[in-house]
Amino acid sequence: MLSPDDTSLVGSNTILEGAGASLGGRSILRGLDVEISPGQVLGVAGPNGAGKTTLLRLLATLISPDQGSGFVLGARLGSPDVYDVRRFIGLMSHTPVVIAELTIRENLEHAARLRGEDPKRIDTALRVVGLAGAAETRGDACSFGMLRRTEAARLLITRPRLLLLDEAFSGLDVDAQELIDALIRRTIEQEGAVVMVSHDEAHLIDRAARVMTLSAGRLETVT
Amino acid sequence: MSFWAQAVEIARVDLRVERRLGDILRVVLPFAVVGLLVFPLALGVDLSAISLIGPAVFWAVGILFGMQVALRQAAHDNRERRDLYALLGVDPAARFVGRTISGSVLMVGFLVVLLAAMIVLYSPRLPEGWPIPVIVGLFLTAVGLTELGTLAGEVTAGLRNRTALASLIIVPLALPLVIGGSQTLESLARDTGILPWLLLLVATDLALAVAGVAMARPLEEASR
Repeated sequence: MLSPDDTSLVGSNTILEGAGASLGGRSILRGLDVEISPGQVLGVAGPNGAGKTTLLRLLATLISPDQGSGFVLGARLGSPDVYDVRRFIGLMSHTPVVIAELTIRENLEHAARLRGEDPKRIDTALRVVGLAGAAETRGDACSFGMLRRTEAARLLITRPRLLLLDEAFSGLDVDAQELIDALIRRTIEQEGAVVMVSHDEAHLIDRAARVMTLSAGRLETVT
Repeated sequence: MSFWAQAVEIARVDLRVERRLGDILRVVLPFAVVGLLVFPLALGVDLSAISLIGPAVFWAVGILFGMQVALRQAAHDNRERRDLYALLGVDPAARFVGRTISGSVLMVGFLVVLLAAMIVLYSPRLPEGWPIPVIVGLFLTAVGLTELGTLAGEVTAGLRNRTALASLIIVPLALPLVIGGSQTLESLARDTGILPWLLLLVATDLALAVAGVAMARPLEEASR
């Protein structure tokens, strides 16, 4: 078993070559060519149903391409190698994922233990995201913003090499948006890469070196 | 984190969630006891008949409501949580083992309380020296039912109407467990050997454990 800091088996390249993906027999993505280098932020824009979330799930290795090929952090998509790199991928999906019956602190402890991280990092992460005073609040009593901050704290603890953000700025106040920005900066500083998805291109242009636009599952433009 | 440490962590959190939700203690268990109470009403006041059917009613009610206990994790599981565990590096087999551990603890508790209620309500004639063999039989049955429930939950993950489908998977596969569990007490009463029934339970538990661990990864991938 790898230790949390052991990245010896993790490559840096994340590449999709003519990749496509289907869900429930319906083609969602087709012929995508994407390359993400360490230290880079890639923005993905597009209307609802364009395939943005499916692209993130493909990059998170949670689904395999049914067309073309791809590597994520050096692991070929669809091969058993993805099990070695998944722990270095952080996904903030559009619905925050916490265990509702546990407190914020318990959720973070659970993640830290499963990931093999030092639980002492939790207090620091809670302070950084501004939840130190609400650590004992249960997930089902948290606002959307608090749940997002909890996810940010979890990503601070797990320090992903590939950070995937799905509409991460939606519904957040300015402070919380700055927190997500800090998370992006930190990932980049640690030679990680970030892919952020939004239907609002304005969120992406300020933050990403490249913005690609998806339409009906195909790459339309890159700016 | 090692395989077993992941399994224990998942079991620990699962039990904490159950303690706060109280699904089994506050919902399933009271209704199961009501189920035990309802059966004698069909027999009127024939107390000798009531004491004879007690163990059979216990197993019927235990399996019926035990399915709710076995499937409780499937009810709380969703794609987002499975994805989170995958990205935290949790081995799907460790998740299966962890859920089996927590589910077995709950199932054993559920069946023991139900057994006590049956003894109070039905006053069955129990053979001498029954507690230890019966508790061992209950434990093995509980582990098997939980493994089956966890496996059925994984097989149906991501499907619509998964709880109904999972029940349909459990019922036929639970037969060796029901037979083994019920015949343990029956054999004690007849003074015939209980070992074959305990071995049937152990073999079923082991087969389900091997299937659960071996199939955990492909089932998790297929559920997406």
